[in-house]
Amino acid sequence: MTEFRVPHPDLPPPASTIGALGWMRRNLFSSPSNIALTALAAYLLWIALPPLLNWTVFKATWSGDTREACQANSGACWVFIRVHFDQFLYGFYPEAQRWRVNLAVLLLILGAAPLFTQIITNAAKVKLGLSLLVGYPIIAFILFKGGLFGLPDIETSRWGGLFLTLVIAGVGMTAALPLGVLLALGRRSKMPAIQTLCITFIEFWRGIPLITVLFMSSVMLPLFLPEGMNFDKLLRALIGVTLFQSAYMAEVVRGGLQAIPKGQIEAAAALGLGYWKAMALIVLPQALKLVIPGIVNTFIALFKDTSLVLIIGLFDLMNIVHNATTNPEWLGFSTEGYVFAAAVYWLFCFSMSRYSQSLEKRLHTGHKR
Amino acid sequence: MTALSSAPVKPPFWNNPQIRAILFQVVALIVTVAFGLSIFENTQDNLRRLGIASGFDFLSSPAGFDIIQTLIPYSAASSYGQVFWVALLNTLLVSVLGIVFATLLGFVIGVARLSKNWLVARLALIYIETFRNVPLLLQIFFWYFAVLRAMPSPRDSLSLGDAFFLNIRGLYLPAPQFQPGFGWTIAALGVAIVLTIGLTRWAHHRQMATGQPFPTVSSTLALLIGLPLMVFWLTGAPLHWQVPELTGFNFQGGLVIIPEMASLLLALTIYTAAFIAEIVRAGIQAVSHGQTEASFSLGLQSSLTLRLIILPQALRVIIPPMTNQYLNLTKNSSLAAAIGYPDLVSTFAGTTLNQTGQAIECIVITMTVYLTISLLISLVMNWYNRRVALVER
Repeated sequence: MTEFRVPHPDLPPPASTIGALGWMRRNLFSSPSNIALTALAAYLLWIALPPLLNWTVFKATWSGDTREACQANSGACWVFIRVHFDQFLYGFYPEAQRWRVNLAVLLLILGAAPLFTQIITNAAKVKLGLSLLVGYPIIAFILFKGGLFGLPDIETSRWGGLFLTLVIAGVGMTAALPLGVLLALGRRSKMPAIQTLCITFIEFWRGIPLITVLFMSSVMLPLFLPEGMNFDKLLRALIGVTLFQSAYMAEVVRGGLQAIPKGQIEAAAALGLGYWKAMALIVLPQALKLVIPGIVNTFIALFKDTSLVLIIGLFDLMNIVHNATTNPEWLGFSTEGYVFAAAVYWLFCFSMSRYSQSLEKRLHTGHKR
Repeated sequence: MTALSSAPVKPPFWNNPQIRAILFQVVALIVTVAFGLSIFENTQDNLRRLGIASGFDFLSSPAGFDIIQTLIPYSAASSYGQVFWVALLNTLLVSVLGIVFATLLGFVIGVARLSKNWLVARLALIYIETFRNVPLLLQIFFWYFAVLRAMPSPRDSLSLGDAFFLNIRGLYLPAPQFQPGFGWTIAALGVAIVLTIGLTRWAHHRQMATGQPFPTVSSTLALLIGLPLMVFWLTGAPLHWQVPELTGFNFQGGLVIIPEMASLLLALTIYTAAFIAEIVRAGIQAVSHGQTEASFSLGLQSSLTLRLIILPQALRVIIPPMTNQYLNLTKNSSLAAAIGYPDLVSTFAGTTLNQTGQAIECIVITMTVYLTISLLISLVMNWYNRRVALVER
């Protein structure tokens, strides 16, 4: 009988290369310089983190309704936010009518929810999306402004807070994207007059700061219009923000258009599609998909830029918080106010960027390298 | 019997693409011109009705207001034209400083983001995601109203080594005072620069001809720092520092950085650095690892690999978006108007406009300045981009 050599069973990997220890050795202490970096970073954290946590959480005041409640604790006074919370959300919108804003938001969520799920088909999604795009602004405007169906009329000057920020951002986004696509198509058009007009438009708006645009809309627009004709302040801001961002959007879309091979347009023409059909059915779906990150970046920029309407005296989230910090009864809580506003803006912008990343992954069907 | 006509039907002329194109363009031009004309007419009417003067005569009339930060001589008796230059210089000052600091900080954070050290990479990520997603205006307000406006009064200033003071009136630094004879040091620096250029050229030629490398970097550094320093000491160190001193209720002497400038600069730097960091990261990641390996296999050391192989290729990716950020920073500096830093928008499109009422002239001048800066930087960067762009087939 032959004797088989039985191999020794595999040894477990050395304890120092696996588990938490191994991970730390690889990622934190792999070389002397790495150890020094870890020590430096840990030291920075050690200095910054405890006071930060103490201020925001452990030594902060959470309950109470007056500023006296905060005197016992050395940390943040979140009571300031609690007291002003409704104002930060709705601005000076009359309290009895705030259900209208809530209803509009609820309608939007209910209406748009199917778009983000797999319940309905893509064709139904397109129909739903388009009808929302056309119908929702009308419903929302009637709800917000009133004056119809027995709803009391509420001046746009009383709109404010996060509500106003979302109105400006929403209108800006829905208007800037189509306008930007048209401008981008115009810039790549073969007709010299159209091309020159589009290039001039785009470069003009991209070359000036938004703040001068808003200045212009508040001091120059009244001079441009015939006597007696006057625009709502909010409408002026909306037009300014939309035109400004559409120029940036146009450049983003142009990048996508340039990335589509000429063969696609030629193939579309060979199939007998005209210019608009070729663009809408063949080129734009591919081009827009390529530049989703850029489009969302522009949206994020637009969302952040809504804070600039403070310059022309609209009370968006930024301005209403700033206004509350100058309230003589609540002086000295500007840090709390700005931190709260920053957290709200951050939440919106960060979720937008995360959503764009997931969308990008899901739509990444072609052009993969 | 009727013959089937074999000749194709001629399409109507409005279906001819060429005619259509001309039609479209004519319509577009007519609409644009009509729009422009109606605006022009309305403006003329409105100006006449409101009795507002037009033209640029106001630029030479006295301004009558003070500006808290002026880089060139200015008083309330100076003209609006002088206001323009003061404001423009303030804008340029904060933009240039912001660009320099944001680039430095952005590069550090961008490299940290790619670090193999998990903790450092995470911290960099947190920095980027935090500051990128909060509006710049909010950050400016935070630094101005929540931090710098909450500083103590001059008497209880925070101080560092009895030379630097921080209080509600601003940051006080020692000011350099150049004594006669300092010119020699400047001259030495000039000589050093000329020598450096000559040395670099000579070293390059020698390396091309003989293959002998020359330690260019260390020798030029030694030349640039050593020569002026030597002259400085030889001429008896003709430089004094004027330290700010507390006299009465305020500090006298020294260099003052007003809180408006400090908060604007801080916010612009921190905000833009987050974007620059992402650009730097993307640029470095865009250079494939094969390039590093090929360079090592050719025998280049890691420092040379970085300088000759990776950086030139990464810069090609980094430069265009970086230009955009520089432009953004310059345009964003106009947010100064919100906290009262005397930049172009707040002083010229703000105070001057309100005093003279000549809205169109003021806004047009302001916009022209920003447009000029934008187009100039674009032109320069496009030229640079063409120079470094890959030359293919």
